[in-house]
Amino acid sequence: MTAPDRTIELISSELSGGSTSARAVAARTVGAAERLNGMLNAFLQIDREGALRRAEALDGEKGGGGALRGVPVAVKDNICVRGMQATCGSRILAGYHPPYDATVTERLNAAGAVIVGKTNCDEFAMGSSNENSAYGAVRNPWDTERVPGGSSGGSAAAVAARIVPAALGSETGGSVRQPAALCGIVGVKPTYGRVSRYGLVAFGSSLDQVSVFGLTVRDAALVLQTIAGRDERDATTADVAVPDYVSQFGGDLKGARIGVPRALLGEGVDADVRARVEEAIDAYRSLGAEVVDVELPHAGYSIAVYYIIATAEASSNLARYDGVRYGFRAEDPKDLREMYRRTREEGFGAEVKRRIMLGTYVLSSGYYDAYYLKAQKVRTLIQRDFLDAFEKCDAVLTPTTPTPAFRLGEKTDDPLSMYLSDIYTCMANLAGVPGVSVPCGLSSNGLPVGFQLMGPHWGEPVILRLADAYERAHPLAARPRVMAAE
Amino acid sequence: MPITESDIRKIAALAHLEITEEELRTLAPQVAAIVAYVEQLNELDTGSVEPAIGGLTPEGERTEAARQDRTRPSLGQALALEQAPEPSHGHFRVPKVIAGSEEKENF
Repeated sequence: MTAPDRTIELISSELSGGSTSARAVAARTVGAAERLNGMLNAFLQIDREGALRRAEALDGEKGGGGALRGVPVAVKDNICVRGMQATCGSRILAGYHPPYDATVTERLNAAGAVIVGKTNCDEFAMGSSNENSAYGAVRNPWDTERVPGGSSGGSAAAVAARIVPAALGSETGGSVRQPAALCGIVGVKPTYGRVSRYGLVAFGSSLDQVSVFGLTVRDAALVLQTIAGRDERDATTADVAVPDYVSQFGGDLKGARIGVPRALLGEGVDADVRARVEEAIDAYRSLGAEVVDVELPHAGYSIAVYYIIATAEASSNLARYDGVRYGFRAEDPKDLREMYRRTREEGFGAEVKRRIMLGTYVLSSGYYDAYYLKAQKVRTLIQRDFLDAFEKCDAVLTPTTPTPAFRLGEKTDDPLSMYLSDIYTCMANLAGVPGVSVPCGLSSNGLPVGFQLMGPHWGEPVILRLADAYERAHPLAARPRVMAAE
Repeated sequence: MPITESDIRKIAALAHLEITEEELRTLAPQVAAIVAYVEQLNELDTGSVEPAIGGLTPEGERTEAARQDRTRPSLGQALALEQAPEPSHGHFRVPKVIAGSEEKENF
């Protein structure tokens, strides 16, 4: 019999009932993070003193505090938290301590959350396995010979190993939903413009969105509604009211329509993944939802579109790492140009260089129309596919990933095959729509499988309510091999 | 169009990357393979399609980019320089930029 997970709901009720203190919760969390990090390499920094000090201060305040009072959370190392490092998994930002908090950090703190540390990730969030971190790969808590997914692999592993109930990551093409699926937890990517990116280190600015991991749909939704909303420091955030997602959970699913793009469930999908996803579709029928066929005719082009747009934007965003204002600088350059070149050569890893090269190529003189402009046009077609699909359904259901977690080293020599692990997720980033990955059982060799629901713009209430309904009916009973003691 | 090692050298120079001979040999075929893959987009006729603008769709255009134009505290010199590799007298120090006549080929 597995003990109940220490969800936000459970921690909050123990705190308000007085059976534990924020300090005790923080001490237990930090202890688990320290104990398991040798096996998982999920954290790049564990802030024991800061977390305990913060928790003690919360215990000292009578009443007060927000929805996350005393709740421990972890933050991906590409999001700024004052007093902690922000390396983005890169040598070029080794030791960098940002002088300000990201907006999402401010909002977590205002809600009473206790940030316990910064999590490992693929360098500058570029990767699908977490093997591109300059600080070593993260291990999957279900099987430490396998990847946790990426790029937010450290946050995913920290939640899956029950160190924290929730964590922040970031998505450009699936970097939260994909590791959530591979680690058997929930991952939510909100609508583009839902959450401020102020203090999130930029990768592909027309795609980037701060995203959330949770042990349960409820945990992820609670954190999302805490960090979402307009921020005048990020001009892309929309002035759209933030609903209370959690209060809309429950009730039956009569009248709900789940769209399934059948063409995406054929070739290239692992047999176990297909079987689990088909079971999830049946589960929705049993819960009273109607399952309808939809088409996303241009979905097959999304990886090609994604790798043009994301690399083009990255080549521009990463121009700022030049050794002048912060971060690493190469030693003894003879002039300014050499300082730029050698700083970047010595500071960036192979995947980041590959993407900067690709992005520079597609934006270079004479190629803009053929690549970037073409990709932005096909992106319009992908967006239209979604708008058409949502005429017929409330949410589109697909596998989150084509396979369960793969072995460390399995895809490192073949960038294109690595890129294809984002085939189901990156279309939501291109269309700007929200998506949530939910665990739906295990493969025959005991690895988690996830499905995702994608909704229309600002459709988080719909997809989160549908995800919660599935999760209540079919919670994942299995637990990873590596996890915090009860 | 096939991508050659000389193309890769040119792109590296544009991107301010000093790549090694070894990197050149691995990057050239990898970039060529990725470019060949993305060229599948040419199958699609997009003559009458408008490009997507940023991440925004008609549904997502409800952003109000303008904000109140008022002064507010900025980072300040001390904090802005705190993480610099070589701060000096309130500035970011960098190697020599202005070349003598015999060094002009660098610029």
